Amino acid sequence: MPEAQLLRVNALKTFYGDFQALYGVDIEVSAGQIVAIIGANGAGKSTLLNSIVGLNPAPPSAIRFCGTDIGGEAPYRIVRRGLTIVPEGRRLFTSLSVEENLLIGAEVKRPGEWTLAKIYQLFPILRDFRNRPARLLSGGQQQMVAIGRALMSNPKLLLCDELSLGLAPVVVKEIYLYIKRIVAGGVSAVIVEQDIQQALKIADHVYCMLEGRIALQGPARSLSREAIAAAYFGV
Amino acid sequence: MEHLANALVQGVMIGGLYSMFAVGLALIFGVMRLVNIAHGDLIVLSAYVALVATQSLGLNPLVSLVVVVPVMALVGYALQRGLFNRTMGADVLPPLLVSFGLSVIIQNALLMSFSADNRRLQAGSIEVASVTLTDAISIGVLPLLQLVLAVLVIFGLQLLLYRTAIGRAFRAVSDDPKVAQLMGLNNKHVFGLAMALSCMIVALAGVLLAIRANFDPATGPTRLIFGFEAVIIGGLTNFWGTLAGGIFLGVVQSVASSFDPGWQILAGHIAFLVVLAVRPNGLFGAAN
Amino acid sequence: MSGFHVTRSSTLTLVSSIGAVALAAVLASGALWASNDTLRLATDVFLYVALACLWNFLAGYAGLVSVGQQAYVGLGGYVLFALAAKANMPVLYTIPLLGIVAALLSVPSAKLLFRLRGAYFTIGSWVLAEVFRLTAILIVPLGGGSGMSLPVRVAQTLGRTPHDRFVMTYLIALALLLAILVMIFLVLRSRIGLALTAIRDNEVAARSNGVNVDRIKLVVYVAAASATAMVGGLIFLQRLRISPDAGFSVNDWTALIIFMVVIGGIGTFEGPILGALIYVFLRETLATLGPVYLIILGAVAIAVMLVEPRGIWGFVRSRWGVQLLPLGFFVGKSPQR
Repeated sequence: MPEAQLLRVNALKTFYGDFQALYGVDIEVSAGQIVAIIGANGAGKSTLLNSIVGLNPAPPSAIRFCGTDIGGEAPYRIVRRGLTIVPEGRRLFTSLSVEENLLIGAEVKRPGEWTLAKIYQLFPILRDFRNRPARLLSGGQQQMVAIGRALMSNPKLLLCDELSLGLAPVVVKEIYLYIKRIVAGGVSAVIVEQDIQQALKIADHVYCMLEGRIALQGPARSLSREAIAAAYFGV
Repeated sequence: MEHLANALVQGVMIGGLYSMFAVGLALIFGVMRLVNIAHGDLIVLSAYVALVATQSLGLNPLVSLVVVVPVMALVGYALQRGLFNRTMGADVLPPLLVSFGLSVIIQNALLMSFSADNRRLQAGSIEVASVTLTDAISIGVLPLLQLVLAVLVIFGLQLLLYRTAIGRAFRAVSDDPKVAQLMGLNNKHVFGLAMALSCMIVALAGVLLAIRANFDPATGPTRLIFGFEAVIIGGLTNFWGTLAGGIFLGVVQSVASSFDPGWQILAGHIAFLVVLAVRPNGLFGAAN
Repeated sequence: MSGFHVTRSSTLTLVSSIGAVALAAVLASGALWASNDTLRLATDVFLYVALACLWNFLAGYAGLVSVGQQAYVGLGGYVLFALAAKANMPVLYTIPLLGIVAALLSVPSAKLLFRLRGAYFTIGSWVLAEVFRLTAILIVPLGGGSGMSLPVRVAQTLGRTPHDRFVMTYLIALALLLAILVMIFLVLRSRIGLALTAIRDNEVAARSNGVNVDRIKLVVYVAAASATAMVGGLIFLQRLRISPDAGFSVNDWTALIIFMVVIGGIGTFEGPILGALIYVFLRETLATLGPVYLIILGAVAIAVMLVEPRGIWGFVRSRWGVQLLPLGFFVGKSPQR
């Protein structure tokens, strides 16, 4: 099966003032794939995601999505192109209800199969809590809202930043099952994880970051535990 | 006793106008944490726009709203996109100083174009029409209209905020502007719409003010202060509190004025300071 | 081992500090040779520079963006007139009293205004100034709404001839300005200055690290109010006439001052001085333009805020690393030992 290239990050360098956070990062995501980015705290994973979604300046050609250079575009324009993030820590709109949070995701009005009904079908519990303030939900339920909110923009590619953060292991497992179902339905995903086991289990392809660079990459099955440990800790 | 009751009633009426000054201020503060020092001058600017519209088109001031409201909405949107959006950030200093500069510019531009003369909009018979309640208390139709419009404006704002997509966007941007743009909202446009809406309310308030009282280019800051006092007295929680704050201020001013006109505005300021001292979260706000 | 050392001074700050002392001496000698017109103009400059530096002290360093400093300008003027004309106190002695009265009034004012955070403090400060103005209108012995003039006999306690009076006002204004500059300079170099920098960088972090933010802001507010009132007293001593609208004018004592500071460079020591000098230069060279003048100044200030928020001096400083007074720190290579 020919794999269409969805996202290509090309020699991306990112700076925060005088501080350089990324030193020429290359990654590729093909349609239908789950790509995991792993690495220790401060390795540059979140910086990479923030640069892809337009929060950090980048030269246009450094980020290519669906054959178009999008580096440095405004975040809302990138969402319109079909690239949405589930932010780290969920970051729901606290004064909005569950359903209102979901509807904000639909604001870009991209056509597609994801509607309120479909989200409620995927996460039935959210239908029961649709009129509750989002802040009153449990961590796992909030994560469902955050994923649903991102899906409402009908993305081609979903970026997930630290989905497991602050959640019980059993809930993390459940959330990743949902991600698999979502990807099976035709959305591609990039997941950033500190939980290496979880990432290896779900991903097709893995990138390991160290100090702002890609230290190791390859198909998830082909990477040895030792190689990953070496790349992760830089030994 | 009767003249006190009359003062009370008149205060409630004028309070409606003050709360209209206030909700525009509270709206943009709520959506984008911006305090627009030029708010009062925009009220006066709308009065002059109405003056030009009535004189050149021969419209009744109330009819001129059809022109003034859209014009001010455009002015608001343009100001936000062209000026304020460039100053928004963690530091409160730039937007404050830019809006202060704008305030001085509007005042002096009006001074150059229209001189310092007192102006007033002539609305015809509605100005003197009144409903007599008792011998000492009669309610002018115009002040009553102001109060009713203020209630309608606040009711409409609540509906807009909680029942429409744009209101949802306002609240989302207010909660977390960074994530809002990651979910596909164009914050700059949303901010522009909020300022446009604020200026539409400003336009309505400006025209009503100009029918009721004399105005000149320097009257803006006082309107800003009345609106601000109503917001703080009301307690910064919702627009109904702001309405209550405006009415409270109006009543204090009106009652003080019935004893000594020289005390009207000063009494309002003092009441505000007392509220600040005793209940810093406002008379009608949450306890903490 | 070769290392680095941190110092407050560079050759430039040393030279310019000596220069500042020399300049003060030259200015003081002006009392001996300058004409009446020059003295008057120079006094004006001193007082504007003082107001600009004080407002910058408040807003640029302590983050207290007040648009109500006219409260203390007018207060100073009125108290001076009351003490000198009504209580027959020699004018010279009233000046320190202005500072004390303003300091006493500013403490409760600050307690109230500090309940309003950030931008709301700004409008609150304006309300306070309006309260002062409206109260002045109600005080009939001081002329009510139309104000009052300072009787000639009172002015004469400063000097018999007009020239003597100009010299005297000039010297008091210069001394006051120098005292204000030294005060701001010392505060900025003290622990308070360090705390102010911390607050400006991150107020929450400063608070959690034990900086008593409200107390430090109170100190700055009271100091600025007190000094502003003394400047205000001198302004109206020179004018010999005060009214509520002139004394508590937001345009004259706040708008113009803010524009000077913003154009010169907010949050820098030198910026407000530069801004005030530019303002007076423009005022003296251009004919009176009235409203156009304020429009242009306002537009320039907005442009500065959008393009280079640290103003002309901030631009100079970041471009060439110039600092005239030893307020920052320099890192230099230590000599080999």
